[in-house]
Amino acid sequence: MSPKSLGRIALAVFRESVRERVLYNLVGFALLVIGASYLIGQMTAGQDVKIIKDLGLSAMAIFGLFIAIFIGIGLVSKEIERRSIYSLLAKPVRRSELVVGKFLGLALTVAINLAVMTVVWYGVLAYMSWSEIDLVKKGWEAPAADPRLLVAVYLLFVQLVLVIALALFFSTFAEPLWATVFTFGLYVAGHFSADLKHFDVIVGDSPVRYVTTGLYYLLPNMATFDVKNAVVHAQLVPYGYVLTATAYGAFYSLALVAAAVLIFSKKDFK
Amino acid sequence: MTPAIDVEDLTKDYKVGFWRPRPYRALDRLTLQVQPGEVFGFLGPNGAGKTTTLKLLMQLVFPTAGRASILGRPVGDLGVRQRIGYLPENPYFYDNLTAEELLEYFASLFGYSRSDCQARASRLLDEVGLGAERRMQLRKYSKGMVQRVGIAQSLLNDPEVLFLDEPMSGLDPLGRRDIRELILRLRERGTTIFFSSHILSDAETLCSRVAIVAGGRLATVGTLRDMSGFEVRGWEVVMTGVASTVLATLASRGVKATTVADGRYTFDLPKDASAEAFVAEMHAGGARLVSVAPVHTTLEEIFVQQVHKAGSAREGAL
Repeated sequence: MSPKSLGRIALAVFRESVRERVLYNLVGFALLVIGASYLIGQMTAGQDVKIIKDLGLSAMAIFGLFIAIFIGIGLVSKEIERRSIYSLLAKPVRRSELVVGKFLGLALTVAINLAVMTVVWYGVLAYMSWSEIDLVKKGWEAPAADPRLLVAVYLLFVQLVLVIALALFFSTFAEPLWATVFTFGLYVAGHFSADLKHFDVIVGDSPVRYVTTGLYYLLPNMATFDVKNAVVHAQLVPYGYVLTATAYGAFYSLALVAAAVLIFSKKDFK
Repeated sequence: MTPAIDVEDLTKDYKVGFWRPRPYRALDRLTLQVQPGEVFGFLGPNGAGKTTTLKLLMQLVFPTAGRASILGRPVGDLGVRQRIGYLPENPYFYDNLTAEELLEYFASLFGYSRSDCQARASRLLDEVGLGAERRMQLRKYSKGMVQRVGIAQSLLNDPEVLFLDEPMSGLDPLGRRDIRELILRLRERGTTIFFSSHILSDAETLCSRVAIVAGGRLATVGTLRDMSGFEVRGWEVVMTGVASTVLATLASRGVKATTVADGRYTFDLPKDASAEAFVAEMHAGGARLVSVAPVHTTLEEIFVQQVHKAGSAREGAL
């Protein structure tokens, strides 16, 4: 795989996706929610900073998810459906480079969007910090623009990269609608996968236990990347945990991209 | 000499049906060779297997059986793609990129430097008549303009072999003339051109050889002249100043005369008649010659004949 080709494909994907109208709508809406969190915070007694932190992170997670799924599936499926891939595959490019390049380009798009949302969010938090009196600030568990919040943003990014990998994987063989349903379904199921681990308590020694345990290991554990509650309440997220979660996300994403490459390499573009 | 394109027993089955997929043969043991420098027309009705053949050559689909090589190397070889160009049927590109960005991106995939990519993109956009619209997003392009972008992208690497799938599709008469001229220029440069079309007049004007496919099978291949039935089957003589008595005499001899306009008549002579003797006789009777032209079997007639033949053969096989 040539790094130069990967870079060129990723850049073109970024260029194409960053101009999508739906992206502007999603980011615009996310920024609106982040901005509105300031007003909602004003209505609560003493919980204003936590509300802004909580709502801001939730908005980034939800809109980041929409961006990853819709742009990810849209770009790949559209490429196949509208046959723009025909001209591309006639160039000296390997199919594997195309899949990996697309993945990197989409990850870059999500990273930039997340960065924009984070800057606005920190702006709101900094304004909060600047506008409040010291007496109120003393009651806060942590400063408003707490840099430790970035850990949650970082892990959210790792999670969204995994979502992109899922979207890419499903796009290689499923229709756009099904790819969206599968990706979203796995995202939701992934948040509850921890429950599957303890399912044996309910089902006892029945064979269902093996199925649920198998599913626990197979489904992406999305809850791993959610440290929102910890950072909002100024609890320390250990580096070891961040590293493990990163390794888990990277491994899972790589496995999905590898599977996507395998399917894509043998695909007939009818 | 190594053929530019060498196809042997190329076969492609698609699976059709959702619950019980069964194979459908889109291409059946296609064998043909295209020599370097040829303009080769690949003709056939819709669903004949033209696009499937091109997709197999571009490795957009994989063959069920048989093999294909381009410039002496297997079609999947990346080195081959460095030396070929391809215009898909009804091309589509990225909505949000400009034509200039798209061509620079595609050119970069050949490994050219940034300045070279820019120069190639700029030159080709001028060549296909889109110089003024180069910075417009492709979503705003008309179908004909997208087709021109498609042609430009297929020429980015100065290909030795160019594959064009229905290149005239979506173009107005001026656009078609431009593309015809472009193909002729490329032919002069020695580019091998393989183009699929169902517009027979283009093939007649441009191609040194043609193949006709029907029902997934090769019906015939050769030069227009060599093809069975492509021969002089008579003469068309146009004359003016023909006296009515002469017309009556000719009618009694079974020579068919058609009034064209302005006192001109067209006479259809059988192929064994002497056109020279006829003209001399008419000249003696006071008529003046406007033109003499041999009447060939048209490509359209050959096409219809071959397609019907292939259709009957297929029905017979079933």
